[in-house]
Amino acid sequence: MSDAYYNPDDLAKFKEIGTFAPDLAQKFFSYYGDVFKDGALSAREKSLIALAVSHAVQCPYCIDAYTVDGLEKGISEKQMMEAVHVAAAIRGGATLIHSVQMMNKSKKLGM
Amino acid sequence: MEITRSLKFRKSDLTTGDNQINQLTHFSSRIENLPSFQDKMKAATLFPLQPSKLEIFQVNMGKMCNQTCKHCHVDAGPDRKEIMTRQTMEKIITILESSTAHTVDLTGGAPEMNPHFRWFVEELSRLGKKIIVRCNLTIILANKSYHDLPLFFKMHGVHVVSSLPYYDKDKTDRQRGDGVFQDSIKALQMLNEIGYGKINSGFKLDLVYNPAGAFLPGSQAALEKDFKIELKRLFNIEFNSLFAITNMPISRYLDYLIQSGNYEAYMEKLVNAFNPTAAAGVMCRNTVSVSWDGFLYDCDFNQMLELKVDSQNNTHLDQYDEAMLQKRNIVLNQHCFGCTAGAGSSCGGTTS
Repeated sequence: MSDAYYNPDDLAKFKEIGTFAPDLAQKFFSYYGDVFKDGALSAREKSLIALAVSHAVQCPYCIDAYTVDGLEKGISEKQMMEAVHVAAAIRGGATLIHSVQMMNKSKKLGM
Repeated sequence: MEITRSLKFRKSDLTTGDNQINQLTHFSSRIENLPSFQDKMKAATLFPLQPSKLEIFQVNMGKMCNQTCKHCHVDAGPDRKEIMTRQTMEKIITILESSTAHTVDLTGGAPEMNPHFRWFVEELSRLGKKIIVRCNLTIILANKSYHDLPLFFKMHGVHVVSSLPYYDKDKTDRQRGDGVFQDSIKALQMLNEIGYGKINSGFKLDLVYNPAGAFLPGSQAALEKDFKIELKRLFNIEFNSLFAITNMPISRYLDYLIQSGNYEAYMEKLVNAFNPTAAAGVMCRNTVSVSWDGFLYDCDFNQMLELKVDSQNNTHLDQYDEAMLQKRNIVLNQHCFGCTAGAGSSCGGTTS
């Protein structure tokens, strides 16, 4: 048992999520594979979305995986950073939009 | 930007083939525990690996180069003086007169820096061989005497294959040296101006994509599409095909992997991505590689590891016996995982 919550070697063990629920894992991996295929969006575009979401959900495994995937797909660091800013803008905006609720409440309670 | 020097200049241990092979097999317990390439080929019923019909004569005209790229498997650079003599080229011409090889692939270093380069191309052209020149692009701009290279290539119907790791300055210059991107773009525009890379012109200009770091190339088709759109949009440049080539864990790229702490993970990635279909199509099966000093190898990578062809008394142009060479077993080692990973890798791009 590692002393840390996150261990980079665990990324390679992703398939082990099927240990106690193989049928569900199989369905998940099959779905996952299909999601990232070229479709109305290219695999390259999907990789950038995945990278942005990885930052939003703060998953270090996903950040590692989709940084490598992005580099392999020829995505530049500038493009990756812009994608992360999209995630940051949405997270920041999501925080700030709640300030309207704060102001509404404050207005209602104030004199 | 940090300036890259050749391993020879730095007096690195990795200048010898034996030392590189030692790192490929015994670097650490993690490396020692990897499956052997030979065992993987046995499992794929591809061992011993034998040649198919000889089609390509790949000639490394020397290690001299105007660039010192970080990933160079030849350890080429301006300080390298080892280049092919005209006498050796004459031997190649004589051999090619009766060889089944229809294509001669000229590489280096920068082959154009060899003083006998133009004479050699003219002779090959006279023989009716298809000629590929692996041109680093910047040589065309290096000094006035090279400015007419595009026209010279065109005159002899040379198929130009050039490296460009990315369509921006930052990544390109990090791999290939300061200012390389700007000169490469100018050279590509010069080639385009006289018809190279234009659809239906008959003058082929292909690009080689090598990852600028410790990762594998993605889909060749997707990268080609991306490069075509961006090079056209940004610089009005056109080209025919893009070859995605995996960096081989030898020479300066091996040094980079070790120094950056990426070596073991990179080797594991190559091994895990072993693809039997790609393995069946490896380029060493239809190619013979000749070094600047006339020795024979299965490929340019084996050449840099000093692994000569396994053909008794037939390892140099002086002893060249094509029929006997065709019966040889191809020499394999752990670096060969670089050609069999994923969609495969060769001097002509993916192999599956």
